Amino acid sequence: MRTEPRRRADYLGLREALGDRLLPVLVAAMSFLAALAMAGALASATLAARWQQDATAQLTIQVPQPQAPSADGKTPRLAAVLAALQAMPEVASPQEMSPQSVSALISPWLGADPAALGLALPGVISARWTGATPPDALGPALAKLSPGTLVQTGALWAGRVAALTTSLQGCAAAVLIIVALVAAAVVAVATRSGLAQRRETVTLIYALGALDGDIAARFAARITLLTFAGAAAGAVLALPVLAWLAALAAPFAGPAQIADSYNLPPALLVALPGLPVVAAAIGWGTAQLTVRGWLRNLP
Amino acid sequence: MVKFEDVWLRYRHPARQGDAEAEALRGISFEIPDGGFRWLTGPSGAGKTSLLKLIYLAEHPVRGRIEILGTEAAKISRRDAALLRRRIGVVYQDFRLLPQLSAYDNVALPMRLARRNETQVHADVTEILRWVGLEARLNARPDELSGGEQQRIAIARAVVARPKLLVADEPTGNLDDEQAFRLMHLITALNQLGTTVVVATHNIELVKRYPAPRIEIEHGRLTHAD
Repeated sequence: MRTEPRRRADYLGLREALGDRLLPVLVAAMSFLAALAMAGALASATLAARWQQDATAQLTIQVPQPQAPSADGKTPRLAAVLAALQAMPEVASPQEMSPQSVSALISPWLGADPAALGLALPGVISARWTGATPPDALGPALAKLSPGTLVQTGALWAGRVAALTTSLQGCAAAVLIIVALVAAAVVAVATRSGLAQRRETVTLIYALGALDGDIAARFAARITLLTFAGAAAGAVLALPVLAWLAALAAPFAGPAQIADSYNLPPALLVALPGLPVVAAAIGWGTAQLTVRGWLRNLP
Repeated sequence: MVKFEDVWLRYRHPARQGDAEAEALRGISFEIPDGGFRWLTGPSGAGKTSLLKLIYLAEHPVRGRIEILGTEAAKISRRDAALLRRRIGVVYQDFRLLPQLSAYDNVALPMRLARRNETQVHADVTEILRWVGLEARLNARPDELSGGEQQRIAIARAVVARPKLLVADEPTGNLDDEQAFRLMHLITALNQLGTTVVVATHNIELVKRYPAPRIEIEHGRLTHAD
């Protein structure tokens, strides 16, 4: 005969009704997909930021009639513009491109020897902009030294990269939303299945005076445990795949990342542990709503 | 107090909608004072179980007014209805024991739902199991118990939380005479302690041995009420 008070029993029999196999496996699959979608969104944002920075920083300055005298009449225009750029703290590594390099650059359009066409080629200087603000004032300043001087940045490409990034992040967000909805649907089906299996028990407990919240809480607790475990497993299984994808993407991310090619972005390492928490929250909320809705049909 | 005023009950039965036969109870009115005892009698299919379901709030009437333990059933919230159910002990005709739980845990269920502490649960459950003569079977699951033992567990579960109202549907159906009279002794003792009791039965011998006011129904209509 028992002499000590017992712990509370699983009187709804939820360990059997809400089994520990199918639901966690399905949630693990959802979690795996969510991890990939998150990684895609974060990686595209990181790479795009780097590419945008590179494209925006690259300067190409065209100086027409490079050997003509500059505005001060003392030096050729190309030399005057180069000297002015060298004097600017926000401009790094200004370098005059050799005529051969310029010819090679435009040879796809004008042939191997553009000089033979009698065209006056401009002088070209490449440099990097390190200023915090866009180099909008640079062109007018140089044009004062050398009329007609043009300053081009990679802003056009930066804009296109930004648009691409936004669309990729939108796709990732859509995938995450769909995964969350499917996970909620899976939980709702599992909960209804559990209710169907335990219909007699639930109606008896209800008749004995259980509150809707008590019954819903028992289902929700079990579902929360299963979804947390499933999502944690999915996130852990995603880690090696993400590391492999990170290694594949390393050449796009620059020399530092190639050296640590299996390192995942810190933001992803922070987000991954959040997956089981979010899955558990979805499970808890869905189970509560499903059970309370079902109980509403009882008198 | 349990009070019925012109109560009608119709089960949802789409195939028989509009058919008078779908009505389980028709214009039932009676009153049981606090601490009262009533036999509920009538032939099979008369509506005894339906009437009991209305008392323990497992059905809503389609018409009429029901007052249970001073509360008008139609006007209470779901939460208050659940709290009211905790004050009603029910012995079901088919016992309705939970197969996955031991006899002890089945009996402890109403107390645990009412969030009583486990020490109190232990004391009360072991006492009531001793009272129904099943203190040696507390770890047995329902499928390991005979019909009579299951019925005694169902009765123990109904009375363990000391309900203000006890509703029993054929509680002696699976018991031999000795057990039936022992059970009735238990129920009348509860009644003397102030519990209002309604017992539905076919057993005329039992009614004769424990004389008390009767509510008799036939074809869903009240034919006699003391």
